[in-house]
Amino acid sequence: MAKELGQRTSLSVVILERGGPRNLQAYSADMDELDYFVRLHMMQDAAQETVTLRHGANDRALPIRQFGAFLPGTGVGGTGEHWGAQCPRLQPDCFELYSKTVEKYGAKKLPEDHSMQDWSVTYDEIEPYYLRAERMMGVSGKAGNLKGKKIEGGNIFEGWRSTDYPNPPGKLPYFGSLFGEAAKSLGYHPYPSPAAVLSQHYTNPDGVSRAACAFCGFCERTGCMIGAKAQPTNTLLPLVQKQKTVSIRTGARVKRIVHDAAEKGGKARGVTYIDSAGEEVFQPADLVILASWTLSNNRLLMLSGLGTPYDHATGKGTLGKNLTHQISFPAVNVFFDKPLNRFMGAGGAGLRIADFDGDVIDHTNLPFIRGGNFGAISTGTQPISTFGVLPRSIKARWGSEWKKASIDYLDRTATIAFSGEHLPYKSNHFDLDPTYKDQIGDPLLRLTLNWHDNDRKMVEFMTARGVEVARALGVKEFNAYQGYGDYDVTRYQSTHVQGGTIMSPSPEHGVVNPYLQHWQSENLFVLGASTFPNTGSANPTPTILALTYRTADAIVDRYLKKPAALV
Amino acid sequence: MYSLDRRASRLFAQEKSSQSLKIPLRFFTEAEALIVAAAASRIFPSDDSGVGAREAGVVIYIDRQLAGPYGRDRYRYTQGPFEESAAREFGYQGKATPQETYREGLKGLKGFDELAPAEQDAKLKQIENSHFFALLRQNTIEGMFCDPIHGGNVDMVGWQLVGFPGPRMSNAAEIDKYYGKAFRPKPVSLEQIVGDKVHPSEDETS
Repeated sequence: MAKELGQRTSLSVVILERGGPRNLQAYSADMDELDYFVRLHMMQDAAQETVTLRHGANDRALPIRQFGAFLPGTGVGGTGEHWGAQCPRLQPDCFELYSKTVEKYGAKKLPEDHSMQDWSVTYDEIEPYYLRAERMMGVSGKAGNLKGKKIEGGNIFEGWRSTDYPNPPGKLPYFGSLFGEAAKSLGYHPYPSPAAVLSQHYTNPDGVSRAACAFCGFCERTGCMIGAKAQPTNTLLPLVQKQKTVSIRTGARVKRIVHDAAEKGGKARGVTYIDSAGEEVFQPADLVILASWTLSNNRLLMLSGLGTPYDHATGKGTLGKNLTHQISFPAVNVFFDKPLNRFMGAGGAGLRIADFDGDVIDHTNLPFIRGGNFGAISTGTQPISTFGVLPRSIKARWGSEWKKASIDYLDRTATIAFSGEHLPYKSNHFDLDPTYKDQIGDPLLRLTLNWHDNDRKMVEFMTARGVEVARALGVKEFNAYQGYGDYDVTRYQSTHVQGGTIMSPSPEHGVVNPYLQHWQSENLFVLGASTFPNTGSANPTPTILALTYRTADAIVDRYLKKPAALV
Repeated sequence: MYSLDRRASRLFAQEKSSQSLKIPLRFFTEAEALIVAAAASRIFPSDDSGVGAREAGVVIYIDRQLAGPYGRDRYRYTQGPFEESAAREFGYQGKATPQETYREGLKGLKGFDELAPAEQDAKLKQIENSHFFALLRQNTIEGMFCDPIHGGNVDMVGWQLVGFPGPRMSNAAEIDKYYGKAFRPKPVSLEQIVGDKVHPSEDETS
């Protein structure tokens, strides 16, 4: 957003970032599993601020004392600096989840306690923005649907694309190739996983040039030192730094968005933040863009009194509702006879199948709706995190027998992973915790979150599909996933926490309008997956960027010419 | 091509030389260090399948971790109230830092390093489900396979054991070539590829 506003307007833009500065040079010494993968060197400092979680409204929420289930970023570029770079688009019907499901199956099919609602933007409307985002990042992939024409070798179940990906797919690691053969033998349609990792040298429309990926295997949780993985610091920062009207203030921890009372129009006046010297500073502004990621987006709006907090008991209010965390689990751990050279890899390197995504299969006789995709992705693994994953028949957890088996299985173990849609439910929501506080005394954000029947049934069904692929792979040993119990804060399951400040066609049903403009404060825009009423099975980043570009156009072309509510 | 030799091909310095090599401890007393080294050697033994915690210097790794930010919970949320008997899904909710957990746990293992291996195993089985043992086991694995800047995986013996080559700048030439065949380049460490000193997080003081 800063780059768009800096380039296309004469506005003075100030980016306030709580963390430190980032640049490519800092990543040259980050190929260290312990500090980056295990100690989470690039992530948010939980000691300063974390969140609390409870499963149900009658429980007492406990702090997430160490991040596990999701890993919030910090620093310039945020999570974009160390993400896994997977870049699919959402399925078209994700944007109209409620009406499409009712149209096909009737209202009775909707899960009890759901809070599904259409987004108020459609896939067709944002397709050109998806393209802009993909071109900016140089996404590597192969189209499966070009303007309605199905292309073999791509994802034939994807939403229509106006053009192919800006770069061809990258090289295929061994595990991915085995998965592809097995999937084809079952009649599925494997395709290269789209990734914001360059398969070749590339110069984007902004003139930013980057090198091709070297498959070093230290991709996720670390920054890319050669810039092959698209990160804010290697795609947008070079431009922003040249713009004299844009400045970045690091060590600036925003506390509140200052605004007029709702009765007086609710206009934002600026923000207060704690600077690196510990002083509270007021930064006045004519336009406020809140892009602090899902958790802080929710929390800052709540702390600032910007919105009507959602009360799940009465169903009233909208701020905090539709909390979702994309379904993500290892459907099957497979144990091959041959070595996989797992240390080699890159973000998104491998194949996926979308034959069970969205509503591809008929759910009439199934006990759940929606679906997801399976992936055989070799991001690159290191020994601390992977040593000791063994067939369940081996019970030892330490000692000689365990050591010998763990050495034996280490390089021949792989995961068929499932990534699926998480529906919104009335009971899953964000609010402020009554007990626990952050380091400066403000209440922590509280998540009320647990899995529902639809989620558990989907997991069960998809695990069985994964097992079929495992059998088709011909492996003699595998561990099938044992199902979703209660939401587990210790198990990493993607950082795709979404919702809470959702978009809606009218103010009664959400926090922001289709242009992500706050319903109660017309000079405040909220960017990020906190605006999504439901998840897709797809990683949210491309959709976040597409919506951001769309909002940037709306601000530049309409709002700045005539500041007012855009809807 | 470097070939993987799983036998301990390079013994810990002290074993071969007549000089004794004194490594300064940052957190453990000497008595504690001997117990931790012994316990780590039961978790990850030196045996037929290759080197173990002893050769890799796991006790040095753990000592440094505990003296640093990890040991004093610098990055864990440690505000109360603490719900010590929380369900498993909420992770460790206790008040004790890793430093406190180790100190307390080691009191219960007094004399451990003088027991016979079978007795040591029996003792560890007794505490197998404790938070202390969970840390010990996890830290032992870390000490086996961390980059050598952290004090463990001395001379990259842990990486040699499992065929991990350390940080390699590029695998582009090999990623789609070694289908079904082990690719085992000789391990390199982070400082070797960076060409400069790298500061491990445990050396942070704030």
